[in-house]
Amino acid sequence: MAAKPSRGAKGAAHPHLGEALPIERKLELYYWMRLTRTLEERLVALYRQTKVVGGLFRSLGQEADAVGSCYALDQRDVMSPLIRNLGAMLVKGATPVEVLKQYMAKGDSPTRGRELNIHFGDIGEAGKSRGFLGQISPLGDMVPVMAGVTLSFKMRGEDRVGLVYVGDGATSTGAFHEGINLAAVQRCPLVVIVENNGYAYSTPTSKQTAAKQFVDKAIGYGVYGERCDGNDVLAVYDCTKRAVDRARAGEGVQLLEFITYRRKGHAEHDNQSYVPAGEIEKWAAENDPLDRYLRVLLDREKVAQSAIDEIDARVVREVDEATDEAERSGFPEPMDALVGVYADPPAEKPLWFREGADTSKLGTERAEGWGTFDAKGGK
Amino acid sequence: MAEITYLEAIREALDEEMARDPNVFLIGEDIGVFGGAFKVTDGLVKKYGEGRVIDSPISEAGIVGAAAGAAHMGMRPVVEMQFIDFIANAYDMLTNYIATARYRAFLPTPMVVRGPSGGYVRGGPFHSQNPEAGFIHTPGLKVVYPATAEDAKGLMKAAIRDDDCVLFFEHKYLYRRIKGTMPAGDHVVPIGKARTAREGGDVSIITYAATVHKSLEAAERLAAEGIDVEVIDLRSLAPLDDEAIFNTVRKTNRVLIVHEDTRTGGIAGELTARINESCFAYLDAPVLRVTAHDIPLPYAPQLEDFVLPQVDDIVTAVRRLVAW
Repeated sequence: MAAKPSRGAKGAAHPHLGEALPIERKLELYYWMRLTRTLEERLVALYRQTKVVGGLFRSLGQEADAVGSCYALDQRDVMSPLIRNLGAMLVKGATPVEVLKQYMAKGDSPTRGRELNIHFGDIGEAGKSRGFLGQISPLGDMVPVMAGVTLSFKMRGEDRVGLVYVGDGATSTGAFHEGINLAAVQRCPLVVIVENNGYAYSTPTSKQTAAKQFVDKAIGYGVYGERCDGNDVLAVYDCTKRAVDRARAGEGVQLLEFITYRRKGHAEHDNQSYVPAGEIEKWAAENDPLDRYLRVLLDREKVAQSAIDEIDARVVREVDEATDEAERSGFPEPMDALVGVYADPPAEKPLWFREGADTSKLGTERAEGWGTFDAKGGK
Repeated sequence: MAEITYLEAIREALDEEMARDPNVFLIGEDIGVFGGAFKVTDGLVKKYGEGRVIDSPISEAGIVGAAAGAAHMGMRPVVEMQFIDFIANAYDMLTNYIATARYRAFLPTPMVVRGPSGGYVRGGPFHSQNPEAGFIHTPGLKVVYPATAEDAKGLMKAAIRDDDCVLFFEHKYLYRRIKGTMPAGDHVVPIGKARTAREGGDVSIITYAATVHKSLEAAERLAAEGIDVEVIDLRSLAPLDDEAIFNTVRKTNRVLIVHEDTRTGGIAGELTARINESCFAYLDAPVLRVTAHDIPLPYAPQLEDFVLPQVDDIVTAVRRLVAW
């Protein structure tokens, strides 16, 4: 599917911001996409070695939409990813070693073994945080949360923008509707990206919505909407960058729909029995975002193959080093599970039947004169 | 100082905290120009502007979620549920998102969700509920439910200053019936501490919210029969003040738990278990409960009064404990 030239808010043609990027930045986009794919391939290997202790979620075939969109943000902006936005996390500053430790449930992972995969975050003041906020599993929930994050930007007069990803499935949730509607009414500087990858777990988009396209929902919310080819990284960048600029300029919520395709199952266990024969193979052969971008770089931009090989080698080296470091890390101490539910009290106490519990008050306390059986035979 | 109502005490706390900390803001349905369904926020939009007293769409999940996002960024939002019954619409946001945020991702979420709760007001099934038990069951949330005007103010100030999410239940039966004189200065009541509403030596009633007043009325009647009742007002339901609970059990050895919430899965069950685990040997009688029936709260006075705990029920239960 070829990218159609996109149009700005007033219908006027505009310069293509992706194609206008200098070559070194175009190569950065390639680096992030390649890093995403290689890191996921490494995770598959670790999963098969049972070193990934939970599920594994791939974004194979969706690297362009994650990387190209997040690349349009500034350091001070805040992004909330979906499970298939590893690429966006990496662009925003999450490191391969952090991701590996999360999947491997290590004690020094960003969440100290409490959460999995890319469910972690680093948000706060501009310049003091990397600006990403991990999703939670109930889908759509991050839309209201990001409405609030961007509401705080507006209240404080901060020049910052928020970007939140949802899938085609999450648009069916109440949280999506409530979040985008509230943000629209408040004119929050929020970009909402609907990644239409064809499936929510096993459910095709035809069973998710009767709308012809997800971007049509923009009209109902009174927000700007645009649709683009999610497997064309430069088109994704172009579309998102213009949306980010509009949000930053005070034009409120932006709803973008990226057309892409999920080539792996919901998670690694999913055998995709529900996918029509040949569909995956067709997307892999004809519409792989990395293959497509390589053609752009090599054929149109006249990048030397050696420059690509150099990036590929650097990515493998970085993933190797990160894997070694993650493998060296230990697992959490069981008692660490009790720390940090509240700011105050900072920790829970172990229950009485667990080692380390304070049992001084339990079962031994007797009211005066209360008759008890004495093991020595007396009363 | 003049007496003010329970409702005015809440407003005073909101006003003082908004004046003290520019990060505090209010968001809710009809809370601005209209001042809220019960007028708790009356006048605050005039004083602080629409930027800090935000009239929201009808969108409980939306505003609770947005409050969480703003709280992550260092704001201190106070969300109004027009009636606390509607908090069910934000249950996912509160239990899955907010309650877990600090633990799973080191995300501070200092925010308050407040709203008019409870029955005895002929509100019918959707304007009378006491949904606190479901939230107490969720690690990561704090829950308070004041019975006096002084506590309403002091606990609201503590809730806004707390670094975690506090659910602040306000009893609408008490809004304008109960008055109090506010202590001078910065009046903050710590979360997690119960209050002895009445000292006594024969029987302990452990309760909270509107039934504190029902229990005090019962205690007066029982005093005429020579039964000396102690009434403990929990004030905080999460965390519970175990020390205060166990102390009164050790003192009187007879315990009645009273709550307006329905019986099965209500807080009385949790309190009974804790007393059983820690103070079994101090009990001279089984722990008894006076609660609402397990019935959605009906509208007609004859029906509502039958379903909810009344002073007569408390008197009957205390007599049974004494006679055990």
